[in-house]
Amino acid sequence: MNTESIVFIVLAFFVALFSVLSVTTKRIIRAATYLLFVLFGTAGLYFLLGYTFLGAVQIMVYAGGIVVLYIFAIMLTGKTDKSKQYTLSLGKRAAALLAALIGAGLLMFVIISHQFVSKALDANITNEAALPISVIGSTLLNAGEGGNLLPFEAVSVLLLACIIGGLIIARKR
Amino acid sequence: MNITIDYFLILSAIMLGAGMYGFFTRRNTLAILISVELILNAADINFAAFNRLCQNGLEGYVFTLFSIAIAAAETAIAIAVMINVYRMLKNNFVDELDTLKW
Repeated sequence: MNTESIVFIVLAFFVALFSVLSVTTKRIIRAATYLLFVLFGTAGLYFLLGYTFLGAVQIMVYAGGIVVLYIFAIMLTGKTDKSKQYTLSLGKRAAALLAALIGAGLLMFVIISHQFVSKALDANITNEAALPISVIGSTLLNAGEGGNLLPFEAVSVLLLACIIGGLIIARKR
Repeated sequence: MNITIDYFLILSAIMLGAGMYGFFTRRNTLAILISVELILNAADINFAAFNRLCQNGLEGYVFTLFSIAIAAAETAIAIAVMINVYRMLKNNFVDELDTLKW
């Protein structure tokens, strides 16, 4: 048991517990908070893999942007008719649980029975193993072999379209 | 004990299962979106772990970055739609949003 294993086990239990809690809790604001914990745990997993930039992006975009957006949206749409109960029948709930369990179980069976390369992910992931930011930049903004300039520009156009679309959909009429 | 890629894949399978369960059972549109975020996040973990396994190249890494950007765009648009729906119909439960259903 080295340090990385212990950190991974703690993070994995944290992420699994809070992802289950976030779909089973009754109150939606609690679901958003548990989602925030799941996203922080995922950022920790990226740090453990040595992808520090990815973990920072995860915290900035997901935890800093998306969850705040969710919480504002939940507060803006809070007042609904409390007299009606929107709950599923027990049979439908059981069917959904069965479908999710069978899906995840089948996936795990395939993963375990398929012998992946038994090479361990780097056992001691230190700061030296972290991916340097210059490599990320030259991979992302390179138009040549193995470059990703075209998808990068496509994402920038997508974000622009998203800004305009969000403004038009949510404006006051 | 060494951490192999299987552990990451099993963890993301658990997240996917939780997201599927929430997607099937939730009635609030925002809660359904939270489940979709869980599923997307599970896929991102898989990309990063596989990129770590195959050390020659950064495709999985770059794909995770793009996936995070697209998830942010998708969430922004979806929440704008939900807020607009709430403003018009004063409700955001999927049982009530059946104007287009016939």
